[in-house]
Amino acid sequence: MKLNRFFKIIFLSEFIKGIFIAIKEIFSKKKTINYPFEKGKISPRFRGEHALRRYPNGEERCIACKLCEAVCPAQAITIENEERSDGSRKTTRYDIDMLKCIYCGLCEESCPVDAIVQGPNFEFSTETREELYYNKEKLLENGDRWESVLAENIKLDKPYR
Amino acid sequence: METFLQIYNETYKILLLLVPILVSVALIVWFDRRVWGFVQKRKGPNVVGPFGLFQTLADALKYIFKEIIIPASANKIVFILAPIITMTLALSAWAVIPLSDKMVIADINVGILYIFAISSLSVYGIIMGGWASNSKYPFLGAIRSAAQMVSYEVSIGIIIINVLLCVGSLNLKDIVMAQQNLWFVVPLFPMFVVFFISALAETNRPPFDLPEAEAELVAGYQTEYSGMMYAMFWLGEYANILLLCALGSILFLGGWLSPVDIYPLNAIPGIFWMIFKILILFFMFALIKAIVPRYRYDQLMRLGWKIFLPFSLIYVVLTASFLVYFDLLPK
Repeated sequence: MKLNRFFKIIFLSEFIKGIFIAIKEIFSKKKTINYPFEKGKISPRFRGEHALRRYPNGEERCIACKLCEAVCPAQAITIENEERSDGSRKTTRYDIDMLKCIYCGLCEESCPVDAIVQGPNFEFSTETREELYYNKEKLLENGDRWESVLAENIKLDKPYR
Repeated sequence: METFLQIYNETYKILLLLVPILVSVALIVWFDRRVWGFVQKRKGPNVVGPFGLFQTLADALKYIFKEIIIPASANKIVFILAPIITMTLALSAWAVIPLSDKMVIADINVGILYIFAISSLSVYGIIMGGWASNSKYPFLGAIRSAAQMVSYEVSIGIIIINVLLCVGSLNLKDIVMAQQNLWFVVPLFPMFVVFFISALAETNRPPFDLPEAEAELVAGYQTEYSGMMYAMFWLGEYANILLLCALGSILFLGGWLSPVDIYPLNAIPGIFWMIFKILILFFMFALIKAIVPRYRYDQLMRLGWKIFLPFSLIYVVLTASFLVYFDLLPK
């Protein structure tokens, strides 16, 4: 046993084995992807950038129930509302401080009308802090831009909710 | 007028060597990172230029535009001098390296001694950098590095004696020409292995990168450096690695000679063989960086003084007695 170990050390056999394994790994398939050019698959439940959705007729979904504001653990959401002329309750202000947000997904879960959702977009870094204080226009615009994906994701995730 | 012409001529020759070396250092850094990534199943740098070849140039550009921060408590002169010395010494050793039978700047008869002297001096750059930073981690890194380089220089010196016994000359060209029939890697194979491992330690490469062990010492003697000064340390380090690869191929792998002296192989210009051999050695350097964990400091010292030194001394005795007994000593 001891002699065996001695020869192993003298002839660097473990070391040579290691080199062969390394050379084999060089030709193996790579586990990483070319990130900015290729992107990894994202689950339909992915909690990325927020968006406010609309109904197909263009009316915004949010009914200003403020459940999301109440549930938000980081208190990143600020909502103000008022009654519109047709008697419906709508928001006048819907701000999310994306710097406070912890992307827990509770707002999305608490929403009774699927208005506030977290979409698949995770590439929204900015150069100033101010750009990350999202207001209602920005969130609605996000909703318009991502609507097809958002609707698809909600449909896919429905059976598990 | 004549001296002027001579100076012009020499400068031209030096530039013709230095510029390709600096370019190849840039490429070798890319190669190193790429091999490292591939072994770890990553892609490595592959965005800048074809296959990411220009990655190092982009990095260098970044370093140039970064601010050089000199710590307030540092000894400014020594602090600035340290990276300059490291890089200058690493490059000046290349003067005697013959890339082929014609391509050498200084064909001096003590070539190997010159290289040895220069590479011993290069530890000064590191000590100065570590000391002048006037901070804990660089200082500890510099002390480690100095002890390590001195210990391994001893065994490299004795390995070189093995080769010199077989050659009978200190001229690097003679060393290569003595290998026309048989590369020294065959009779002196154990010495080649020891040389290679000592070269890893000498250039502070993993598994012997204790001076810059990031878990313990942040970045060792480079901790306080930034911008171009850091890049110069880095360039010097890689130029040193290339130098030791070149030295390894000259001492053991027959320098610019083709593996066998038959038609299609010996028609290839010597410089290509030389570059090929340097690349093979460097590939091994890069592979080893990827596969081995770092040594502990006492293990490193034990390996150097208790194993490599006696082993290479015994091998010197063996080589010498063999040469004397069979009357093969070079005349």
